Amino acid sequence: MFKEDQLKKVGEEKKRWVNDLSKLLSETPERLPRFTTVSDLEIKGLYTPEDIKDLDYARDIGFPGIYPFTRGVQPSMYRGRLWTMRMFSGLGGPEETNQRFHYLLNHGETGLSIAFHYPTLMGYDSDSPMARGEIGKCGVAVDTLKDMEILFEGIPLDKVTTSMTINPPASILLAMYIVVAEKQGVSKREIGGTIQNDMLKEFIAQKTFMLPPKPSLRIIVDTIEYCTKEVPRWNTISISGYHIREAGSTAVQELAFTLADGIAYVEAAMERGLDVDEFAPRLSFFFDSHIDFFEEIAKFRAARRIWAKVMRERFMAKKPRSWMLRFHTQTAGCSLTAQQPFNNVVRTAYEALAAVLGGTQSLHTNSLDETYAIPTEEAVTIALRTQQILAEETGVANTIDPLAGSYFVEALTNEMEEKAWEYIRKIDDMGGMLKAIERGYPQMEIAEAAYRYQRQIDSREKVIVGVNKYVTDHPPITIWRMRPEIEERQLNRLQEVRRTRNHARVKDCLEQIRKASLTNENLMPHIINAVREYATIQEICDVWREVFGRYTDPGYF
Amino acid sequence: MERKVRILIAKPGLDGHDRGAKVIARGFRDAGFEVIYTGLHQTPEQIVAAAIQEDVDGIGLSILSGAHDYIFPQVIQLLKEKGANDIVVFGGGIIPEEDIPSLKACGVKAIFVPGTSIEEAIKWVRENIKPRR
Repeated sequence: MFKEDQLKKVGEEKKRWVNDLSKLLSETPERLPRFTTVSDLEIKGLYTPEDIKDLDYARDIGFPGIYPFTRGVQPSMYRGRLWTMRMFSGLGGPEETNQRFHYLLNHGETGLSIAFHYPTLMGYDSDSPMARGEIGKCGVAVDTLKDMEILFEGIPLDKVTTSMTINPPASILLAMYIVVAEKQGVSKREIGGTIQNDMLKEFIAQKTFMLPPKPSLRIIVDTIEYCTKEVPRWNTISISGYHIREAGSTAVQELAFTLADGIAYVEAAMERGLDVDEFAPRLSFFFDSHIDFFEEIAKFRAARRIWAKVMRERFMAKKPRSWMLRFHTQTAGCSLTAQQPFNNVVRTAYEALAAVLGGTQSLHTNSLDETYAIPTEEAVTIALRTQQILAEETGVANTIDPLAGSYFVEALTNEMEEKAWEYIRKIDDMGGMLKAIERGYPQMEIAEAAYRYQRQIDSREKVIVGVNKYVTDHPPITIWRMRPEIEERQLNRLQEVRRTRNHARVKDCLEQIRKASLTNENLMPHIINAVREYATIQEICDVWREVFGRYTDPGYF
Repeated sequence: MERKVRILIAKPGLDGHDRGAKVIARGFRDAGFEVIYTGLHQTPEQIVAAAIQEDVDGIGLSILSGAHDYIFPQVIQLLKEKGANDIVVFGGGIIPEEDIPSLKACGVKAIFVPGTSIEEAIKWVRENIKPRR
């Protein structure tokens, strides 16, 4: 990017500056022995053209909407359309969550995102002994199609897109969504949204797993194959770094493990015989936006560039859409503190800014009370307003990728990319992500990073305001509580559904799922038939647990 | 010589958030305690069985899903039924402060909320949990 003689002059000037600086530092040293990111990446005091001397603008940075997409995936980015404001919501039963959806849409939210309660996430019904104490606590209880019908009452599915954080039973929830749309008169070809459907990161980080890795991957590929043909506007998978980061990884690990997961999914789908350009445009990603501002922006920019190279060079994809890394972002839950909770509003705002400067396609902003419980209406409104202020008042959406060309940001983007490739190569050498997971490699890397970070907090090498510095008492805040009658209502409804459905048909549908599970037949049509007859999530998952076995936690620490 | 303190770190329920449990397990191990980690998705029955089988002195329950008001009392109750209520139960996670008094009343000895340092937890164990024999 710079001429030889320019660089030479910069080098000479820099020497002078370093000289002056060392004199100054001998009298008044710097505040810290090391300046590092939240991920413990060392940062220099000054970046100059020398740090990006090998960067080639056209090759490495380029233009928005054009390979390698460092500056963004759409040509006009936020000048064309703002990011989707998508607040992750789910509380109590479908009635409460439906009410929250309407509330958020009425307050300017532009897309839906469902948080399910733990039993649904793990493939159990609300009346299972495994569900004791968990109903409606961590998200919305969904047992059957009936619950999904209530959840979307008054919400036209041809007008809104919906993201569902669901993994082992992702295919079942997608099937329910398809049938709800069908009942609204909306064809599955028109609906848009995302299922998370990313099991590899479950084994690595989020730990809502059910079946062993291989059958898990098979069901994922079934959904990819089915949607590619039948549900063309659906994002079949949301390859997620968020949970990897929240489990304690560094930014580089989040980046590398997520893209390595992506590589494994592309390989699995291609092994099935699918054409990469048919399914790759519907792969989407999901990242964390942590508190270290520039590191996150560099991570997002590097992610796009690496994925573009992976898709074009490694998998020989031809369509530009296949090369694009489109992603959702959530601000970092793990950066929030229970102490002085109002400070969380400020943290979330900075993190949201990083996500937007990093070119996210959609964003969830956490609420200030989430270290205690599911957010109250008041807290979630502040979180949504944080995005709206960012979009409408700050001016940051006026121009595309405004930090491009910053010596620091470009150098850091390069560094993130190089370090991520190192991990990706290492995982390739192990035989791919599935093998790496079996060896416990990413799990141990993350546990190690999490422990190191906690030690840095404990020793105050890393400061968290209100936790290890500026500690003061704070008055308690009002938090959301689940009313006990919600549990009873959920259990009653489940019983009622079981009593009134056509038993013979349900039994037959489950049998069809069993048969298809034992062969290579695509499961999706059978799952859709089963949920239409009000088969429960657990009934379907029990078939799979029986056919494929269960995965249990190896408990690495 | 007195034997080392043995602690079972347990993840009850369907909650998959194991970052804290693993960090504390490792911190305890580095502090010289013997640590057994159950892994995820354990029922109260499984946890109590493991505690008795491993002959531990304390159980640390980690829960972030909001199911603490069911799970903690259940573990305490089962320990009583098995005559093992001299095993000290403590816990941590996303637990609202106003829930802590009732958990303590049912027999949970300490609750560590977000922001607790590893050292604080180690110090508490040293002061409150002794080898049972």
